[in-house]
Amino acid sequence: MTMQTLSLAPWLVATPMVGALVLLVAGRRTDRWGHWLGVLASAATFVVGLVMLLDMLGTPADQRVGTHTVGTWIDSGPLHVDLGFQVDPLSMTFVMLVTFVGTLIHVYSVAYMDHDVDRRRFFGYLNLFVAAMLLLVLADSYLLLFVGWEGVGLASFLLIGFWDGKRENAVAGKKAFVMNRVGDMGLIVAMMLLLATFGAVDFGTVLPAAGEGAAAAGEGTMTAIGLMLLLAACGKSAQLPLQAWLGDAMAGPTPVSALIHAATMVTAGVYLLVRSGPLLEAAPDAQLVVAIVGALTLLFGAIVGCAKDDIKKALAASTMSQIGYMMLAAGLGPVGYAFAIFHLLTHGFFKAGLFLGAGSVMHAMDDDVNMRRFGGLARLLPVTAITMGLGWLAILGVPPFSGFWSKDKIIEAAFVGEGWRPWVFGLTALLGAGITAYYMSRLFFMTFAGRRRWSDGGPGDDGAPERHPHESSRLMTWPMIVLAVGSVALGGILALGDRFVTWLEPVTGHAEHHEPVLPVWLLVTLTLLLVLLGAFLAFRQYAVAAVPVEPPPAPALVRAARVDLHQDDVNESLVMRPGQYLTRALVYSDRTAVDGGWLGLAGGIGRLGARLRRFQNGYVRSYAATMLGGLGVVALVVWVLAS
Amino acid sequence: MEITNYLGLAAILFAIGATTVLLRRNAIVVFMGVELMLNATNLAFVTFARIHGDVTGQVLAFFVMVVAAAEVVVGLAIIITIFRSRRSASVDDVNLLNS
Repeated sequence: MTMQTLSLAPWLVATPMVGALVLLVAGRRTDRWGHWLGVLASAATFVVGLVMLLDMLGTPADQRVGTHTVGTWIDSGPLHVDLGFQVDPLSMTFVMLVTFVGTLIHVYSVAYMDHDVDRRRFFGYLNLFVAAMLLLVLADSYLLLFVGWEGVGLASFLLIGFWDGKRENAVAGKKAFVMNRVGDMGLIVAMMLLLATFGAVDFGTVLPAAGEGAAAAGEGTMTAIGLMLLLAACGKSAQLPLQAWLGDAMAGPTPVSALIHAATMVTAGVYLLVRSGPLLEAAPDAQLVVAIVGALTLLFGAIVGCAKDDIKKALAASTMSQIGYMMLAAGLGPVGYAFAIFHLLTHGFFKAGLFLGAGSVMHAMDDDVNMRRFGGLARLLPVTAITMGLGWLAILGVPPFSGFWSKDKIIEAAFVGEGWRPWVFGLTALLGAGITAYYMSRLFFMTFAGRRRWSDGGPGDDGAPERHPHESSRLMTWPMIVLAVGSVALGGILALGDRFVTWLEPVTGHAEHHEPVLPVWLLVTLTLLLVLLGAFLAFRQYAVAAVPVEPPPAPALVRAARVDLHQDDVNESLVMRPGQYLTRALVYSDRTAVDGGWLGLAGGIGRLGARLRRFQNGYVRSYAATMLGGLGVVALVVWVLAS
Repeated sequence: MEITNYLGLAAILFAIGATTVLLRRNAIVVFMGVELMLNATNLAFVTFARIHGDVTGQVLAFFVMVVAAAEVVVGLAIIITIFRSRRSASVDDVNLLNS
């Protein structure tokens, strides 16, 4: 092994896990200092990750991929799975994102959860999440990845329902859990297919053999594997058709939404697909479906985002849409992998920053999330307004902010290809950029610009809720400032000289440069024009004109978008109700046919016994007569048989 | 004398015994019927032994006698015990095991 720090990899998982165990096992005794232990565990993990990153940067590019095997995990006949850690530029990118953003959000949470009696438990769950997420990205086999995959699902469930005193929160947690199970089923089936096709589930064996596997097992099997992996990714990353849980997941505390449901966990699906790149390339049909799902979700999230008045749900719809961009890029093949991860990274920064800003606004507005009751907050919350503003410019893709470098590259990559695909995917991505600009500007202007639609307790504000907004404490503003700096600069720094793409090449392979069907300068101009148009429309509608405090009457599409394009109704009528009818029919047939059959048999035997009991009359003579009769019958039979 | 006459006698004795068991109520008399049936069987055994020139039937007859003697001991003891507790030797009075 050329990387000296390779053996540090297990500590990346162990450190936050120890933090979680101490906080969750020791219980109330750690209440006073537990949150700082959580921050320390996360920060220590970041330091370990940083040491490994620096070592990796000092290693020649072709020696940056390594595995650290701790020991044998499963050894059962032909199946052999090692407990091993995959350390390469892709997993290190995630390690840095998770631990850096994670640590910032830990710090933020110290202040955000200040008045919560269960703050220590909250930090225990956060540490558990960091450990599981790092296991997910560092695993060197699908099976170990699955352990982390389930771990983040558990942490997500526990944190969405953290305030489970309220029924909706507990229901939201359960909804996320159940919908994620559907996706997990895909990953389980994919692993079984991999075992059947390749006889192994570790990346080192499966991925290099993907091409031969396609030749041996047929493209149908590879397509099935690809689609099952996509199903898993859809569940975790809230893509169509398993997207409905993400909006409700906003029931969790805002730092959770920032860390888990914006920056890291929901992007695990993109990680899974990029990691499985060779498998998808062996199944072009599945790859096309990935791109279609990404493009559809991109539009779906963007449309929903335009109509949401709940600041967190608007951001959640935006997350869904941005992950749609990443999925689209992942479905484009090697030309898109690096940009999918690049956008994931920059999105992790600016979306976490936006969520932390939303949390800060909610803090100031007594936990109100209705943007129609915000307005004019820029003067009162200057730090929040500026940091969120920078995040807003980044997600819009305004140069030179981070989002410009990553999102424009995806749009450009979407326009590469032949036939109808570049036009459909490219125009979808382009249109998505315009809608993104509209809904994010709407969110920003509704919150910070215009006249205030809340009351400061003075006269003349009849009916408006009384609020006393104030800027959040330094523990909350500093993480926001750091993330805002990342939103501004990270994209540009990593994009210069294609640094990030080159950095990922040991994993994603070198992609030949292809010219898009439209010239690049035209694409950039078109994107910027659409972004400006979107932002201008939002400015006119929500900053210049007065925002009504009640949702105004609107056309059918907007009304549908306000209820998430009827996603719950669709799920309920297509899946839930038929499922309920099916189970009820099964219960009924079980009761009538199966139970009825056996109970009837038992009853029949009972009645027969009652009938036969009458012969048991207690008279010895009748028993003797029966015996004699039996003897006669036996004698008769013997006589008949003998003659 | 035809040797089969012995078998006919055995059958008649068995039938008388069986009829006694089935029709009489006094336990002692029923018991006598049982003894008569056993002895009819013994007669049939001995007759067959004679017909086949084989002593197995005679040996079996001895077995039956021994078992019958033991059975008489136990059976009479039971009848006496029942008589003491119920003041009756009728088999129809001991129908406690009816349905």
